[in-house]
Amino acid sequence: MANLTTDFIGIKSPNPFWLASAPPTDKAYNVERAFQAGWGGVVWKTLGSEGPPVVNVNGPRYGAIWGADRRLLGLNNIELITDRPLQVNLQEIKMVKRKWRDRAMVISLMVPCDEESWKDILHRIEDTEADGVELNFGCPHGMAERGMGSAVGQVPEYIEMVTRWVKTHSRMPCIVKLTPNIADIRKPAEAAKRGGADAVSLINTINSITSVNLDTFSPEPMIDGKGTHGGYCGPAVKPIALNMVAEIARSEATRGLPISGIGGVTTWRDAAEFMALGAGNVQVCTAVMTYGFKIVQEMISGLSDYMDSKGMTSTADLVARAVPNVTDWQYLNLNYVTKAQINQDDCIKCGRCYAACEDTSHQAIAMSEDRTFTVKDEECVACNLCVNVCPVENCITMVTLDKGAVDLRTGKKVEDYANWTTHPNNPSVAAE
Amino acid sequence: MPNSPFTSGVVQARLSAAELAHNFADISPKLDAHEARVAADRCYFCHDAPCVTACPTDIDIPLFIRQIATGTPDAAAKTILSQNIMGGMCARVCPTEVLCEGACVREMAEGKPVEIGRLQRFATDTLMDKGIHPFTRAKATGKKVAVVGAGPAGLSCAHRLAMLGHEVQVYEARAKAGGLNEYGIAAYKAADDFAAREVDWLLKIGGITIHYNKALGKDVTLAQLEADFDAVFLGIGLGGVNALGLAGADLKGVHNAVDFIEGLRQSAKADVAIGRDVVVIGGGMTAVDAAVQSRLLGAQNVTMVYRGPRERMSASEYEQEHATSAGVRIIYNAAPKAVHGSSHVTGVEFTFAGGDSFTIPADQVFLAIGQTLEGAPIALEGKKLKTNAGKVWAGGDCAAGGQDLTVTAVAEGRDAAMAIHAKLLG
Repeated sequence: MANLTTDFIGIKSPNPFWLASAPPTDKAYNVERAFQAGWGGVVWKTLGSEGPPVVNVNGPRYGAIWGADRRLLGLNNIELITDRPLQVNLQEIKMVKRKWRDRAMVISLMVPCDEESWKDILHRIEDTEADGVELNFGCPHGMAERGMGSAVGQVPEYIEMVTRWVKTHSRMPCIVKLTPNIADIRKPAEAAKRGGADAVSLINTINSITSVNLDTFSPEPMIDGKGTHGGYCGPAVKPIALNMVAEIARSEATRGLPISGIGGVTTWRDAAEFMALGAGNVQVCTAVMTYGFKIVQEMISGLSDYMDSKGMTSTADLVARAVPNVTDWQYLNLNYVTKAQINQDDCIKCGRCYAACEDTSHQAIAMSEDRTFTVKDEECVACNLCVNVCPVENCITMVTLDKGAVDLRTGKKVEDYANWTTHPNNPSVAAE
Repeated sequence: MPNSPFTSGVVQARLSAAELAHNFADISPKLDAHEARVAADRCYFCHDAPCVTACPTDIDIPLFIRQIATGTPDAAAKTILSQNIMGGMCARVCPTEVLCEGACVREMAEGKPVEIGRLQRFATDTLMDKGIHPFTRAKATGKKVAVVGAGPAGLSCAHRLAMLGHEVQVYEARAKAGGLNEYGIAAYKAADDFAAREVDWLLKIGGITIHYNKALGKDVTLAQLEADFDAVFLGIGLGGVNALGLAGADLKGVHNAVDFIEGLRQSAKADVAIGRDVVVIGGGMTAVDAAVQSRLLGAQNVTMVYRGPRERMSASEYEQEHATSAGVRIIYNAAPKAVHGSSHVTGVEFTFAGGDSFTIPADQVFLAIGQTLEGAPIALEGKKLKTNAGKVWAGGDCAAGGQDLTVTAVAEGRDAAMAIHAKLLG
C-alpha cells in the first residue's frame, strides 16, 4: 500500500486529507470525531480577536443546488467565523492536539487589519501547540463588510502586509487562504509569497445566490424575507478551483510555492486531480457536510490504490505531475485531429447526441429510421459535446487521426505539431 | 365453520373480509411526491423519444416527465390528457412493459425503464384529485353527433367532439358508462371506483349527454341516428364471446371469464362464489385477470391452460409473472378436449401438443378464448367494422386496426372525432 504520509511545509499528517476551516472544525467534539474517522488534519474554524464573539443569523445559514436524485452539487453559506469565546477554542485546540499528536492542527485566523491585532492573536495561540496558522483572507460574506476576509484578500498589498506581520510575530508555518472573488488569482498568491507565506490555500468560497424563492421573491438562503450573497462551494466549484490552483502552480512568479487545494473535493479522484495540478494536500468541507466524516475511508483507499497502480510510493510522486501539461491556448496543437465515434454496442439510442449536435452544434450526427446514430466525419469538428451529453460513459469516444490521415472535414492530411503562433491566420504571423 | 380455500365446491367468502380487502386493494398505488421526483429524475429526455413512438396515443412522455421533475404536475397532466383523455385509466391498465416502458432506453441500458405508467398516474391523479378539468369547449358549431357506446373509444370521441364545440348524444346499452374500464378490468387495477370517477371527471367538459340502457338495434337504430345526427360514431366493443364447441361446455360451473370479471367489479367480493379447483382456458389478459382474481378470492388450485407455446401467449411476460406469483399454475401447449361431469363440471381434459391427454379436476371453469363482434351495423373489414362508412365512423375493439387495448380505443375515438370535425366543418 502506498505511503500517504505527507509533509506540508513541515506539518506532518498521516494522509493528505485535511478538513477545511468551516463548521466541521468548530469544536473539539467534531474534530475528534473526524480524527477517529481517519482525517489527516484540520484547519480549525477561524478564530477572531479577543472580546465578545461574532454573532450568527438565527435562520438558515446554507442554501444549495441539486442534481438528479437531489444530489447536492453546490452549497452556499452565510455563516461567519467562530461564534464561540476565544478562550474556549484555544483550550479545546490544545486538548485535541495533545491527544492526537500525529494529526495536523492548523488554526485559521481573521482579525482586523492592524499589526497589533495580529500580534495579539498570534501571541494568544502560541500556547496551543498547533502546527501552523492559516490566514483567512477569503470569506466573502459578513466579515468582508467589516474590512476583513475577502476585503483583505482582494487587495494584494494588504495580503503582503499582513503576511509579513504574521511572519514577524510568529515562528509558526503560515498558510494564506485566497479568495476566488478576484480577476487574476496569481496576484494575491504573489503578494502572499512576497510577504513570506509558507504556502497558499485555495479556493475560499465564491460570492453567490443559490436560488430565488418564487413565492416570497427573496434570495435563498432567506432570513425574514431578505437574503444576501453567501460563499459558494461544493462539487460545482471544483473546475474553478482546479484552474486557480494550476495558474499558481505554473506561474513563473509563484512556481514551487506550496499549495493546499480546496474546492469541491468529494472523492479520492478529486483529491488526486488537485494534487496532480500542484496541491501538496487537499482540504475538504462540503463533502463531509453532505455525507459525514466516514468518506475519508474511501479517499484513503482510493488514493492508495491509484498510487499503487501507477507505481507511486509517496504523494510527492503525484504532486504537480500534470502541471507541465497546463499551457496557454496559443500553444495547443492545431494539427491534433480527432473524430467522435459511437460504439453501437453501448448505444442505448436516446438520441441526446443527435439533439445536441443537430440543434446546437455542427450537424455531424446522422440518425437512421431505426435510431442508429453515427458520426459524419466530414462534419465533425470534434467538439466533444456528444461525449458530454451521452448518458453512457465511454459510449462515445474521440478517436485521434494518425499523422498522414485525411481529415474528411477539411480534406487535409494530418501534419506535425503546429500552433496558433505560427498559423497563417494569426495577424502577428502575417505581419512578419 | 366458515369457508376456507379448502372447502369443496363453489362457495362464497373463502377468505375473511380483511383478506379480501387486502387482496383487491390498489395493486400499484399513486407515487408520493418524493417517489415521483426520484422516478422522474431518471428520464433522459430523449430526442424523438422511443416511448412516444410506442404510445398509441402519442403522449409527449419526456415533456410530461420533465414537467413533473420541475414541480408542475398539473401541467404534466394536461400534456397527457390533451393526447389521451383517459390517461388516468391508461396509467393503470396499459401493458406499459410492451408499450412505452418496453421502448424506454433505460430498459436497454439497465433493464429498468423509467416508471412512465406510474408517473403518468401521479400527474393525472394529482390533477383529478383537485377536481380540475383542464379543457374548455370551443364555440358551439351547431352540429350534432351520436356516439354509440360509452366505453373508452366512445367517451374519447365524445370528449374531443364536445371540446371542438359539437353537441354529443351518447347511447349506452348498459346501466353504467365506462365500457370495459367499468366491467372488464381486474378490480385491483381500477380500485376505488376509478372508472366511474374518471367518467364523471371527463363529462365535466359539458355538451355530452349519455342515454343509458339504450342498445343499438334494440332501443335505437343506426338508420334513425343517421337521420337525426350530422355524424355517428360506433364504439360498441365486442359483445360476443367465442364458444368452446366441446361436449360438456354447458355443464354447471362453466362460465365465460368476462362475466366472472364483470361480476367481481359489480358486487361485494365476499358475495362472489368461487370454486376450490378452478381451470381457466385461454392465454390473454382476460384469462390472467380471471385466474389471478380466482386466487385472490381464495381458490385453492387455479390452473390457466393455453393451447399455444409461451411466446405466442398474448398476455405479456409481465402479466404471466403476475399470475404465477399470485399462485396460478400456467400450462402451455395444451388444447381442451372435453369438459367432464354429469350436471356440474368435475374436470377438464386436455391434449398436449405431443398427443398425451390429461385431466385437471375442476369445480369451476372460466372460458377466456376471445371475444367477437356481435352483429354488424355497417360494413366489415376482415372480422371488424370499417372505420368509416359515409357519415358513420367506428373505433375501439369493434373496429378494424389496432390492438384491443384501452389506449388504442382512446386513440381511435379521438382520431375519429378529428375526422368527423374535419368533415362537418370542411
